[in-house]
Amino acid sequence: MIDFSFTVLIPLIPIFVFLFVGLVGHKMKPMVSGIIGTLGLATSAILSYFTAYMYFFRVGKVNDVYQSFVGNGPIAKTVNITWLQLTDKLHIDMGVLLDPISVMMLIVITTISLMVHIYSLGYMKGEKGFARFYAFLSLFSFSMLGLVLATNIFQMYIFWELVGVSSFLLIGFYYEKPSAVAASKKAFIVTRFADLGFLIGILILSFNTGTFDFKSLTDIHGTAITSGAGASFLGLSVMTWSLIFVFMGGAGKSAMFPLHIWLPDAMEGPTPVSALIHAATMVVAGVYLVARLFPVYALSAPDGLTVVAYVGSFSSLFAAVIACTQLDIKRVLAYSTMSQIGYMMVGLGVSKYGGEAGLGYMASMFHLFTHAMFKALLFLGAGAIIHAVHSNVMNEMGGLRKYLPITHVTFLIACLTIAGIPFLSAFFSKDEILSAAYHHNRLIFVVQLFVAGLTAFYMFRLYFRVFWNKEPHYHHTPHEAPITMTIPLIFLAIASIFAGYIKFSHFVSSDSIPFESEIEWMNVAIPSIIVGLIGIGVAFVMYKKESNLPDKMASGLKLLYVGAFNKFYFDEIYLFVTKKIIFNYISRPVAWFDRHIVDGFMNAIAAVTNYVSLKIKGFQSGQVQQYAFVFVSGAILLSVVFIYLFSK
Amino acid sequence: MNTGIPLEYFLITATLMFFVGVYGFMTRKNMITILMSVELMLNAVNINFLSFNRYLFPGQLEGHFFALFIIAVAAAEAAVAIAIIINIYRHFQSIDVEKADEMKY
Repeated sequence: MIDFSFTVLIPLIPIFVFLFVGLVGHKMKPMVSGIIGTLGLATSAILSYFTAYMYFFRVGKVNDVYQSFVGNGPIAKTVNITWLQLTDKLHIDMGVLLDPISVMMLIVITTISLMVHIYSLGYMKGEKGFARFYAFLSLFSFSMLGLVLATNIFQMYIFWELVGVSSFLLIGFYYEKPSAVAASKKAFIVTRFADLGFLIGILILSFNTGTFDFKSLTDIHGTAITSGAGASFLGLSVMTWSLIFVFMGGAGKSAMFPLHIWLPDAMEGPTPVSALIHAATMVVAGVYLVARLFPVYALSAPDGLTVVAYVGSFSSLFAAVIACTQLDIKRVLAYSTMSQIGYMMVGLGVSKYGGEAGLGYMASMFHLFTHAMFKALLFLGAGAIIHAVHSNVMNEMGGLRKYLPITHVTFLIACLTIAGIPFLSAFFSKDEILSAAYHHNRLIFVVQLFVAGLTAFYMFRLYFRVFWNKEPHYHHTPHEAPITMTIPLIFLAIASIFAGYIKFSHFVSSDSIPFESEIEWMNVAIPSIIVGLIGIGVAFVMYKKESNLPDKMASGLKLLYVGAFNKFYFDEIYLFVTKKIIFNYISRPVAWFDRHIVDGFMNAIAAVTNYVSLKIKGFQSGQVQQYAFVFVSGAILLSVVFIYLFSK
Repeated sequence: MNTGIPLEYFLITATLMFFVGVYGFMTRKNMITILMSVELMLNAVNINFLSFNRYLFPGQLEGHFFALFIIAVAAAEAAVAIAIIINIYRHFQSIDVEKADEMKY
C-alpha cells in the first residue's frame, strides 16, 4: 500500500503561505514575501510531480485500468475526513481524490502557477502591494488545487467559490482604478449568478442520487447511473436538468456564451494574473467539472452533453469573430481563451463513454493541458510587451522584434502552436478534438474547422501588428524583460512545443482504460493545417506591413465588423436588462417593500414603545413615599383578591 | 388554655400598630419619623409572632426566637438607616424625604 497522505500538503502549503505573507508581509521587504510565495509553490510543484510519477508510472494502474484513490483503499491511502454528517448515508467530506484528471490538473496548476510566481518577481517589481499580490496568488493556488482534488461535489463547490473570491481580489488588485473595481465586481457577480445554477444542480443531483461523492456518482455500476434518469420535466429528465444546471456553473467560470461577459473585463488585473487565472487554470474549471462528472453526463444525460457541445461550439465561434477586431492585446487573448475553452467543451460534448468513442474526452483534457502551456506563454509574452511599451493597445506597438528578441521568439512559438501548425502541441490536441467532432457531429466539425482558421488569423494579426508592421514613435526605446520574466517564457515555449508528444491517451481516457489514438491525416489534420495556413497567410498580407487593406476589409464587412468590434453589444444588452428592467420593475418594488413595509413595521414597534414609555415615565418620581403607597395599595389589593378567592 | 385575654385582642392591637406605622411611613416628611414608623411595623409583626406562638404552639419557642431575631435586625437596620440619613443631611442640608428625589426619570 502506498501512502498518498502527503498530497494534502499540495494545497495546504499555499494557504499557509497566504496566511503568513498576508499577515506579516507588509513588515518584510517586498521581495522576501515574493520569494516565500515562490518557494512555497515550488514545494507544492515538486510534490505534485512526485505524485504524478507515482500515480501514472507506479501504482495508478491495476489490470490496465487507472484507479481513483479516495480515503483508505487497498492500494493507496489519501486523506479523507467526514466533515458534515447529514444523515446516515449522506455526508460531506473533505479530502483528496487522485485519479488521472486530478493528477494531470495538479501538474498544470502547479507548473503554470510556479511560472507565474517567478515571472511576477520581475513583472510586479516595485508595485505597491507586492506582498498582497503574492498573498492572493497563494490563496488562488490553494483554492484551485483544492478544487481539483475535491472528493465530492460539495467540497468542489466550496473551493469553486474560493476560486471566485481570489479571482475577484486579483482582478481588483489595482483597487484605485475604477475600471478594475468595476471589472472585479462584474466578474464576481456574473460567476456568482452562474454558481446559483451550479448549487441548484448539486441539490437536484444529490437529492436524486443520495450522494455527493464523485466516486459513487461516477461509478458506472452505481445507483446514480443505473437507477435511471428520474421523472421528466419539460421533455428532459430530472438528471439532465440537474446536469444542465451544473453546467451552468461551469459555463459561468469558463466564460461560455452567454455568461462570457466578465472575462474580457477581467484583463484589468495584472497580466500574470490573467495568465494564471483567466487563461490557464481557473477558466478551465468548468471543463474540469464536466469532465469530472463525465460518466454521469454520458450515460444518464446525453442531452446535457449535447447542450455542452453546442454552447461550446457557439462560444468558440463567437469569441473568435470578436477576437479578430479587438485592439487591446490582452482582450484578443481573452477572447482567444474563450474560444479555446469552447473547443474543450466541444471535445467533451461530442464524446461518448468508453474506448475509442471517448476520444473527445481525452482530446478535451489534452487540449486543456496544452492550452494551459501556450496560453500562459501568450499572456506572459503580452505582459513582457506591455512591460516594454507601457500600453495595451496594438496601435501603439509595432516593429518590436528588434527590441524584444526572446519575447518575440517565444511569442511566435505560441502563435504557431495555437494556429495548429504540425508538430507543435496544439496540433495534436486540437486535431483530436476535431476528429472526435468529425465522427460524431459534422456541423460542429465544420464550425470548429472554421474557428481554427479564424484563430490562426487573429493570432497572427496580433503577432504581425506587434512585432512587424510600422514602428510607432516610442517615448523611450523598449527594452527586453528581466531574466525572471524571460525564464518562464522560455520554459513555457519548450513546453508548448513538446507537450504534444505526450501519449495522452495512455494516461487519460473516459473510462480510465488507456487506448491508442491516431491522427487522421486525410479527414482532419490536412484540412485543419490548410485553414490554419490560410489564416496565417491572410494575416501576413494584411498586417505584415502597414497597408490600407484592413480598413477596406472593415468597411466591406461593415456590419459584422462594427458588431464584433463592440462585442456584439452584449455588455449593453446586459446593462439594459439589469438597469432598465430588473432595477425598475423588480428591485425598486422590492426596495420599496423593504423600506416601507418591513422597516415600517419595525419602526412602528419602536415608535409605540417610545410613546408609551414617555407617557409612563412619570411614575418614576423619586418620591419614596409614593412608591410605598403604590406598593402597599398593591399588597392590600392582592390580599383582598386572595381572601375573596380562597375564603369560599 | 384559658388565660384571660383572647388571641384576637393581640391581633387587633398588632394590626392597629402596623397600620399606624404604614400611615406614618407614607405621610411623615421627616426621615427620622419614617424610621420610627418602620420600627412600629416591625414591632407589630413581633407581637403577632409572640401571640401566635403562645396560643397555637405553647410548648415551642420558634416564635420567640423569631421575635428576638427581628429585634436584632431592626437594631442593625436602625443604625444603617441613621447613617444614611446623616449622609443625606450632609448632601441636601435637610432630612425631608421629598427633597431627596434625585433617583427619578
